Amino acid sequence: MKKIGLIVNPIAGMGGKVGLKGTDGTHILDKAIRLGAIPEAPAKTIKALEKLLPVRDRLLIVTCSGNMGQEEAENLGFQTKIVYKPKKTITDSNDTKLAAKKIKEEEVELLLFVGGDGTARDVYESVGNRQLVLGIPAGVKIHSPVYANTPEKAGELALLCVMGKNIAVREEEVVDIDEEAFRRDMVRTQLYGYLKVPVDKKFMQNKKAPTPLGEEATQKAIALDIVDHMEKEICYIIGPGTTTRAIMQALRLPYTLLGVDVVMNRKIMKKDASESDLLNYVNQYPSKLILTPTGGQGYLLGRGNQQISGDVIKKVGKENIIIVSTNSKIIELRGKPLLVYTGDKKVDEMLKGYYRVKVGYGMEVMYRVEGE
Amino acid sequence: MKRISRDHKVRNFHQAKWDEPIIFELSNEGERGILVPEAEEEIVKVVGDGVSKIPESMKREKLPNLPEINQKRVLMHYLRLSQETLGGDLNIEIGQGTCTMKYNPKINEYIARMPEMTELHPLQDESTVQGILEIIYKTDLCMREISGMDQFTFQPGGGSQAIFTMASIVRKYHREHGEENQRDEIITTVYSHPSDAAAPATKGYKVITIMPDEEGYPDYEAFKNAVSERTAAFFVANPEDTGVFNPRIKEFTDLVRKAGGLNCYDQANANGLLGVTRAKEAGFDMCFFNLHKTFSTPHGCGGPGGGALGVVKELIDYLPKPIVGFKDGKYFLNYDLDKSIGKVRLFNGVPQTVLKAYAWIMSLGAEGLYEVAKVAVLNNNYLFKKLLEHKGVDAPYIRGKQRVEQVRYTLEKLAEDTGISTEDIARRVMDFGMHYWTSHHPYYVPEPITLEPTETPSKEDLDEYIRTLHHIFDEAYENPEIIKNAPHRSTIHKIDESSFDDPEKWAPTWRVYLRKTEEE
Repeated sequence: MKKIGLIVNPIAGMGGKVGLKGTDGTHILDKAIRLGAIPEAPAKTIKALEKLLPVRDRLLIVTCSGNMGQEEAENLGFQTKIVYKPKKTITDSNDTKLAAKKIKEEEVELLLFVGGDGTARDVYESVGNRQLVLGIPAGVKIHSPVYANTPEKAGELALLCVMGKNIAVREEEVVDIDEEAFRRDMVRTQLYGYLKVPVDKKFMQNKKAPTPLGEEATQKAIALDIVDHMEKEICYIIGPGTTTRAIMQALRLPYTLLGVDVVMNRKIMKKDASESDLLNYVNQYPSKLILTPTGGQGYLLGRGNQQISGDVIKKVGKENIIIVSTNSKIIELRGKPLLVYTGDKKVDEMLKGYYRVKVGYGMEVMYRVEGE
Repeated sequence: MKRISRDHKVRNFHQAKWDEPIIFELSNEGERGILVPEAEEEIVKVVGDGVSKIPESMKREKLPNLPEINQKRVLMHYLRLSQETLGGDLNIEIGQGTCTMKYNPKINEYIARMPEMTELHPLQDESTVQGILEIIYKTDLCMREISGMDQFTFQPGGGSQAIFTMASIVRKYHREHGEENQRDEIITTVYSHPSDAAAPATKGYKVITIMPDEEGYPDYEAFKNAVSERTAAFFVANPEDTGVFNPRIKEFTDLVRKAGGLNCYDQANANGLLGVTRAKEAGFDMCFFNLHKTFSTPHGCGGPGGGALGVVKELIDYLPKPIVGFKDGKYFLNYDLDKSIGKVRLFNGVPQTVLKAYAWIMSLGAEGLYEVAKVAVLNNNYLFKKLLEHKGVDAPYIRGKQRVEQVRYTLEKLAEDTGISTEDIARRVMDFGMHYWTSHHPYYVPEPITLEPTETPSKEDLDEYIRTLHHIFDEAYENPEIIKNAPHRSTIHKIDESSFDDPEKWAPTWRVYLRKTEEE
């Protein structure tokens, strides 16, 4: 019998229809309920689970009691195993975290979670990138590409996973925006981590290209270009992201995915460097800074890499910034510029302009960088 | 499932299905198509038995694993396969955008198959092949007139090989000028053909790509930032595959020239420009045309194709050898090119393709070529207007302006509304005896369709194509299931594409197929 995990964040999406732009925090939830919000998540969960009905008899859904998954699964006649019971009727982010941890221990093939960016963050905190997961979209804010486009699509993908078909695995970003800023119509995303999600090979871009280079292969090609052209006695500051991680992997060095690492003469100088570490290095050595856009909106700086401060950048120099990105990320921007937000207006202004973005071995795209 | 709506006048088509095995599976030991007679005694006396002179080391130990089949079965095999394809002469060939799939006049095929052409050998003495040399020479003169260049070669076998030839000339040119190591970059644009990046990359160049600005023109500011003393050349198509013509092209080429680079024009999209604009006035040092596109000789499998590559005076010496010259009333093969890059193909290219192109040009004359361009642009803009009338269909860039000879459309809205992708629709179009191509990968225009009608289709043909697409777009909104499961009337039905990117599942030859299936 195959096992699939299910966590429903029952309040996800409730802020949306009453114009509250998110449901993070209990006072906002109270307000939403007062404004007449009704739960969105159950119907969306059912839409996804319906796609799994063809394999119902071969499937055990590992979930939480009540409105966190049990009700939807059992309504459709699925067998369930309850591994987490929330203590209160109105659940919060802690419940999602505890449930995700419990479900992971059950060694499920795939953990489905229903919610928005906040839910994705909670799941990430508990399972990291060690568990295959997939989001069913129900939240108000969905910027993290760990969610399928629709609940139905999530169900279809889950079915393919259960049947062991056509699935590739990709690491996608968990990003969230600052809800307070969002309510003031400012969109500020922040990168929190990466979740492992299934991708239907059918929908992968390069399937008919003569040389099908997937995301990972492209990252490797970019990394080889960087590594082949690394200069001696230069201090390389490697920013966070999966594309920059490939450089560390090509160098066979330890790395941090979300942190900033420092490399010189192909040796690791500092893992997960702080701003003061970086200042220390850039004051001692000529340096280059390798960045990749993160955080869902094409942010190069200021979203998850605040260590790379205005002072660090001033010392490194604009001409020593190397930007790397897979082509698919550039395409997703749809002409919108890459963004920088260092908190230092002068530095942001200085960083504006056209850059050569490395998109493959010996391949670059001219792309515009702007301040926030 | 709902019945297929027949309110629209769409074709009631059904593709043949023969379930035909591949030819290796048809082999029967001992069966044969032809028995080659023994050589007569007198011949053997003069030339020997034809086998014993082959060195031992070159002789096969085993017979080649060729299928053994009788003639009739071979004929049936290929006729059946031909019925399972959607040939350019059968369908309203509009959907293969950028490929300029125009009518290939059959009389030109007849001319190319005359023994006066087919019995020629490329090693014959020049004095015995004056006719074909004259035709190559005169086609060169026509191409010079069309482009403003000073000399053409017909050696490249197609567009990509012509781009490769241009990249080879670029490298040799900078070597001659002592700048080969310094100039290691070429610049191209995102909507130029992928070979404009790929072919120079095979010559060792770093490739810098310019993205479009909001209007779809190559971003001039980005371009200015890309050009430097490291620029070896600029490779670009204009119009690009969006059908958008860059009117500032001269500013781009001037910038490259000032920086010391060469300008190379990919004229695969030339069909709307014949008699309208020329490579020379746009500031290019080289350009190429595809004879199998703009100049009506058939494509690829129906080909072979031909890449006509032209250069300005200063670069003639770099061309592949030989080129055809004319002196003292005689045509001759000119090997006297002291900076030549060498050869890119055997002998002198594909002369029968040049012959067909020459016949086509001469049948039209200068006014006729201009008429071709006008009708191709008119057809394209009629199709453009009609398709955009349908909900969910759009085309990014230069709103309210005409396109040249093709358009890259987007079905992004339709896909959002209905969940039907352009690839789903591309399969459904097969049910009506037509097809379309989406775009090169990766898709910069989401959910793309690229259509190029050329001057060939009549208004009735265009209307049928438009009706068919509108019918399918309606289905997307009203009965999406029929599209999701398409094609219904084709040789094969929807196939599982998941193995397309898995090298383990590829069998490029029969031997590989046997090995991989035996392992299973």
